[in-house]
Amino acid sequence: MSAAAHSVVEPSVTSKRVAAALVVVYAVISMIPLFWIFATSFKTPPDSIAYPPKVLFTPSIEGYCNLFTTRTRQTPEYINSLPPATSFCDETTRKRNMVIAGPSNFLPRFVNSLVIAFGSTFCAVFLGTLAAYGFSRFKVPLADDLLFFILSTRMMPPIAVAIPIYLMYRELGLSDTALGMILLYTAVNVSLAVWLLKGFIDEIPREYEEAAMIDGYTRLQAFRKVVLPQATTGIAATAIFCLIFAWNEYAFASLLTSGTAQTAPPFIPTIIGEGGQDWPAVAAGTTVFLVPILVFTILLRKQLLRGITFGAVRK
Amino acid sequence: MKSTLKVSLGLAAGLAASTAMTGASKAEDLTLCWAAWDPANALVELSKDFTAQTGIGMKFEFVPWTNYADRFLNELNSKGKLCDLIIGDSQWIGGSAENGHYVKLNDFFDKEGIKMSDFVDATVVGYSEWPKNTPNYWSLPAFGDVVGWTYRKDWFAKPEIQAAFKEKYGRDLAVPATFAELKDIAEFFQNREIDGKKVYGASIYTERGSEGVTMGVMDVLYSYGFKYDNPDKPYDMEGFVNSDKSVAGLEFYKSLYDCCTPPGASNSYMGEGIDAFKSGQVALHMNFAFTWPGLQKDESVGGDKVGFFANPAGPDGEKFAQLGGQGISVVSYSDNQDAALQYIKWFATTDVQKKWWSLGGFSCLKAVVEDPTFEASQPYAKTFLDSMAIVKDFWAEPSYASLLQASQKRFHDYVVAGQGTAKEALDGLVADWTEVFKDDGKI
Amino acid sequence: MRGAETPETMQDPSGKPVVTDTTSTILDRAAEAAVRATPDSLATRVRGLSDKTVAWIFIAPTILLLLAINIFPLIWAIQLSFTNYRANRPNEAVKNIGLSNYSRILNDADTWAAMQATAHFVLWTILLQTLIGFTLAYLIDRKFRGHAFWTTIILVPMMLSPAVVGNFWRFLYEPQIGLFAYVISFVTGIPPTEILMLSSVKLAPWAIIIVDTWMWTPYVMLICLAGLRSIPDYIYEAAEVDRASNWRQFWSITLPMALPFIMLAVLFRGIENFKMFDMVNLLTGGGPGSTTEVASITLKREAFEKWRTGFSSAFAIILFVAVFGLANIYVKVLNRVKSR
Repeated sequence: MSAAAHSVVEPSVTSKRVAAALVVVYAVISMIPLFWIFATSFKTPPDSIAYPPKVLFTPSIEGYCNLFTTRTRQTPEYINSLPPATSFCDETTRKRNMVIAGPSNFLPRFVNSLVIAFGSTFCAVFLGTLAAYGFSRFKVPLADDLLFFILSTRMMPPIAVAIPIYLMYRELGLSDTALGMILLYTAVNVSLAVWLLKGFIDEIPREYEEAAMIDGYTRLQAFRKVVLPQATTGIAATAIFCLIFAWNEYAFASLLTSGTAQTAPPFIPTIIGEGGQDWPAVAAGTTVFLVPILVFTILLRKQLLRGITFGAVRK
Repeated sequence: MKSTLKVSLGLAAGLAASTAMTGASKAEDLTLCWAAWDPANALVELSKDFTAQTGIGMKFEFVPWTNYADRFLNELNSKGKLCDLIIGDSQWIGGSAENGHYVKLNDFFDKEGIKMSDFVDATVVGYSEWPKNTPNYWSLPAFGDVVGWTYRKDWFAKPEIQAAFKEKYGRDLAVPATFAELKDIAEFFQNREIDGKKVYGASIYTERGSEGVTMGVMDVLYSYGFKYDNPDKPYDMEGFVNSDKSVAGLEFYKSLYDCCTPPGASNSYMGEGIDAFKSGQVALHMNFAFTWPGLQKDESVGGDKVGFFANPAGPDGEKFAQLGGQGISVVSYSDNQDAALQYIKWFATTDVQKKWWSLGGFSCLKAVVEDPTFEASQPYAKTFLDSMAIVKDFWAEPSYASLLQASQKRFHDYVVAGQGTAKEALDGLVADWTEVFKDDGKI
Repeated sequence: MRGAETPETMQDPSGKPVVTDTTSTILDRAAEAAVRATPDSLATRVRGLSDKTVAWIFIAPTILLLLAINIFPLIWAIQLSFTNYRANRPNEAVKNIGLSNYSRILNDADTWAAMQATAHFVLWTILLQTLIGFTLAYLIDRKFRGHAFWTTIILVPMMLSPAVVGNFWRFLYEPQIGLFAYVISFVTGIPPTEILMLSSVKLAPWAIIIVDTWMWTPYVMLICLAGLRSIPDYIYEAAEVDRASNWRQFWSITLPMALPFIMLAVLFRGIENFKMFDMVNLLTGGGPGSTTEVASITLKREAFEKWRTGFSSAFAIILFVAVFGLANIYVKVLNRVKSR
């Protein structure tokens, strides 16, 4: 696969086989919890709490029905008096002596997650690219102290940051708004974005822009037409990092949002049935929530790996 | 530059759109905030009549009990406009009144002819008044609730079980009159095989995160002789909170947890209790009365299989029960206060309260609960009245959250994690509570 | 270690060559920045905005945002930490109480219990993740067929929301109906009703360590892999010539040369787990009792449940100073190891 690495000291066939076996075993074991989430989302509530745990079961989408609806318990007489059920969800719900009362809050929370995660990622990468270029190409007084300080704000425990933010947002009326969350996530992410992107932009030879500027480009044109295209990989890698953070974030969201701008992570653990957690519905919510990030991971794994290793070696 | 501008414009527009989108709710709709539980679903049904009568749409924000206080106190403290109406827990009343979260309802009650004397006295004191025992009303009693017990009537009736119990304890298996008897019964059922399934003694409150373990422990402590403070000297707790009787009560609760609960029930509150009882795991089940209508209706354990009883007596014959339940209040940050008051006016009418009871809501209106047909209307109605007659509530001070946090920690550390002794836990609690009141300038 | 400014070509696990600058440190960066000069002459020659204006326009929004959302609140929190302010009592007078919040926290046994729980969690997760992560990286570096695919599979857990996944682990840990207890009982023969991962004082600290290790070992693995691939072949070739055993090669080449990377991974995981809130909050909520109450959970209870805002601000500042101080000392050591 590679021309450069370990050409002389290529590992022996046996050692390769042993290594492969061990890695595969680890990978399979580490996938079991995820498989179990997926499987549970297709179980009926009784199947999900069966003992011993059921590996083989008849799949059902009841969990997904329960995820997207709220239901009320009714008497069998009342249910029999209703017109025939129109959907699978209707039918399953009625079998449990309940009727669907309306949609649940999951969809709005999911939409909030989309708006806030993508909105803040866009802002963070946009601001981060500009600032990284600024730090990379111009003499900024105390640039490195500033950069290190910017990054060190990420060392604050989120709850510690949330205390003054909570007070500030209360005064400004930003509590429980998407705008407030986008601003906050942007601020948290922009430090990482600047740090990562500065590294990527440092690698682009400044001679390119200088040549372009001698050809009559302004600084801004040179930035747009020369630097940005060269930095796409870096920008993509940075964007994924920002997105993963904003998508998965829980602490700020649980403290600073309530009903209007709440995202999915604080919502999913509060999905309950008539008693405690409705595990198939929770699993369904978890699955729906994980799918976008899984797809991202697989599609963009090259950029992602680059970002992680790059971020690591830079610091 | 042009495209940079375009991008920033697009960005601004996007931000504006996103706030508009998530903040979009019709001004005339009311949002009611409460816990996510059976009664809330009943209230959704009930409120359809209100919408039909007035044309005011109702939206609901229900949060599970374990997040309920956390979320809504946060919402109130951040002056949020999410809730127009809130059915807030009884202990919040002090803080919400003093910090201006709730609208004071005295003038409104006078104007509309709503009389607090029409509501059960304990609920008015518990849910509406601050300061306590003064005619200052901040909410209308909405849902009466109290801790009590359900048990498996069908198991108690099995001849072979009755015989085995009599042989072991020398008395008939019946609803326990004292907590000591309750523990015998729980011990008797623990790990017993019934209908080919292993069952356990009792489901009790052990939850750590919100208020669970305190709500459970307090039932036993009150009945064992615990007092919050010196009746002659408020906030003087030494020798009352940590009296020998209280120590014995706390030790009892731990022994009940250790001997007779299902495995892993170390963080169990209302929801987990319902699950344990419904799945046929336990013989006895401590829970708030709100769970009773649902269990009565349940296909597998309801009907004839379930029985109800109020808290049994402590060693000295004293009987008390922890008050639950809530009043409905208007949030002072709401833009729809008039419509919200209109809802309360509607909710207070006798017909609505009667329907509320029939749907499974525990009405606090005397006209409903003192009606001669009330006791017979549901199998649990009498137990509810008996329990409501012996209620006590936790501190409702503005510092209630700090006081509750302290008891949650001390009780869970001792009862579940087994750290220290009951005496140490209660001594520590006196120290914690004293510190809170000192910080408040009350002592 | 090697020449200061020589970027090496390495392979990332997906096979893409990546240029990395393995030796640059904060000090190097400062030196670079000092040497670098902005081409002023050029700027004056072209039309459009001057470079100074451009620099200002580019950097200012970020700085403003950080000032508004990071720096200003931080200063506010410092100021609050000297008061008895409570965010849920807007009508009450705020008193300046000097350092008494700080002395109360530092003399409080509960604070130290939380610190101990945090230390237990941080140390064990770092140890396990480093051991397993490095081993995995070492194995993947054998470059067997399909290693890129399996690497991607292994990475998945670290992309997921710790809160959402942590919540689901509560289900996996249930005695009887949970998969974890069932599998352990199948392997060991202990009845599943006795495997009380979240209820037992002894097991609960391990329950959170297991989940964190499951989630974050891939991250450590990835950084270690970058380290292993940064070791130039000629060093191994020289060792082959000297007929050094594999064992010796590992201890005298592989491990020392990958050490700075391992140390970096330890630093990142250390900082992250010191701050840990979401996963533990949903999995155990700090219980049973206060066994798994890590510092962030204590902080959350003080700040948003008891609403002792001044007190919790002081606690927050202490945590921040602790993590910042430790990280800085660590970075100094790390730089020394790197420049060895």
